[in-house]
Amino acid sequence: MDDMYREVILDHYKHPRNYGKLEPADISYEDDNPLCGDRIRIDIRLDENDRVKEAAFSGKGCAISQASASMLTEEILGKSLDEIKQIGKEQILELLGIELGPTRLKCALLSLKVLKAGAYGITDADN
Amino acid sequence: MTDSLDLSNLRADFPVLAREIKPGVPLVYLDSTATSQKPAAVIEAMNNYYRLSNANIHRGVHTLAEEATALYEGARERIAKFINAKSAQEIVYTRNTTESINLVAYSWGRANIKAGDVIVITEMEHHSNIVPWQMLAAEKNARLVVIPVTDDGELNLSRFESILEMGPKIVCLTHMSNVLGTINPVAQIAEKAHAVRALVLVDGAQSVPHLPVDTQSLGADFLAFSAHKMCGPTGIGVLWGRKELLEAMPPFLGGGDMIRRVTLTEFRVNDLPHKFEAGTPAIAEAVGFGAAIDYLVSAGMGAVSGHEREIIAYALDRLEEVPGVKVYGPRAERKGGVAAFTLDGVHPHDIAQILDTRGIAVRAGHHCAMPLHERFGLPATARASFYLYNTQAEVDRLVDGLYEVKKLFA
Repeated sequence: MDDMYREVILDHYKHPRNYGKLEPADISYEDDNPLCGDRIRIDIRLDENDRVKEAAFSGKGCAISQASASMLTEEILGKSLDEIKQIGKEQILELLGIELGPTRLKCALLSLKVLKAGAYGITDADN
Repeated sequence: MTDSLDLSNLRADFPVLAREIKPGVPLVYLDSTATSQKPAAVIEAMNNYYRLSNANIHRGVHTLAEEATALYEGARERIAKFINAKSAQEIVYTRNTTESINLVAYSWGRANIKAGDVIVITEMEHHSNIVPWQMLAAEKNARLVVIPVTDDGELNLSRFESILEMGPKIVCLTHMSNVLGTINPVAQIAEKAHAVRALVLVDGAQSVPHLPVDTQSLGADFLAFSAHKMCGPTGIGVLWGRKELLEAMPPFLGGGDMIRRVTLTEFRVNDLPHKFEAGTPAIAEAVGFGAAIDYLVSAGMGAVSGHEREIIAYALDRLEEVPGVKVYGPRAERKGGVAAFTLDGVHPHDIAQILDTRGIAVRAGHHCAMPLHERFGLPATARASFYLYNTQAEVDRLVDGLYEVKKLFA
């Protein structure tokens, strides 16, 4: 579908929001999709109420994985970790505004997987 | 044998090539390295088998069982002739190339590899010719040594010379890379390997479908290939091995058909090739495989490889016109019909997805060769691959599609 490369997705891919690393961060997690080699890291800083104050992502990947990570880092500002744990794949697809087959769904959901692992307190050392 | 194929007639042999991906957008199938399309003759042969002759093979006395056995064994005879094997006994049916390699790693490997022995593979192997050897090496405490790939995408043969001094037991290499398209000098490598008494296993998954392959001049001791990449069905492949090696190897899987005699305490193995074919095999698939062989023989393997040489030369020229495109592997005259490429600023998955909207089927990813991609510092590539039914006009559509991709991502 040409729709998959909607203007908003290409815009987030070409001009990613919150791209980079936060050092130090309260939460950091990184993972990859071994099928395509896409790799995403998400860093989060929390405010005094344990809500997301800053979020950043880094890594390389296709337009879908990069755009969803970029959108997600905007979406979670102000959210608590419990709220992050409630985010489902429907919300990611809603953000992207497209439908995806099973292969590309993995691209779209990589950033959510990374984000949730971080929210649940998993660290690289556990992986 | 003709030098060029009559493409208009030949394309009509493949029903799926008439398919439109969406109204007005015909399929451009450039993924034959993953699996080839099937001519109607193959589909009909399997269909007819099920409609008319379906029965279990061997030991049956009734008409259908005899017909099924004749079809199954007849296909084996034609496969043997196709690769110029000395005897059909050297043709062991397996599920695919992967299973053929595993058969050698389990049967020959477990019987012959000891702690400290050296097993040689190359950096351009498909995972199916890496992982079975890693498993064997780990189990036996053997050493896995790798022939590296040069920047041009060829095997580093001077490194191979020094590896030979380690006295390897077996050298396992692909005849033709499924990513770079590199055609390796198997005969030259085998001669050197045999000089130090190492065996040579060749992954022929990409070569047997695309090049004339003669097991009596190839130099290999084992050759593995799959039907589905050569106009045949999925689910069946072949391990060819020199008879004296296969004779000496212990069986792989145990069960029906691989035995001559069974008591409750012991068994005696059957003769070759049945010794390695436990259980009811893929009979309809063998019938389809036989039909695929007939099809390729009538096209002429010389003509098939000649056609692919022309089309890859044209494809490389046209791909290199596109700014930002980089194709990996050797020059056209040193490779088969495979072009793995990247386009600056666009992930291969996005390339493949956008090309798909234009009906063009290419593959994106690591193509089951992660170590090779790592060697070139790439997480993934897009790959266009060609077979006897592809045309230069399809290459043009690929290139037009890549310009569209560039426009979208500009």
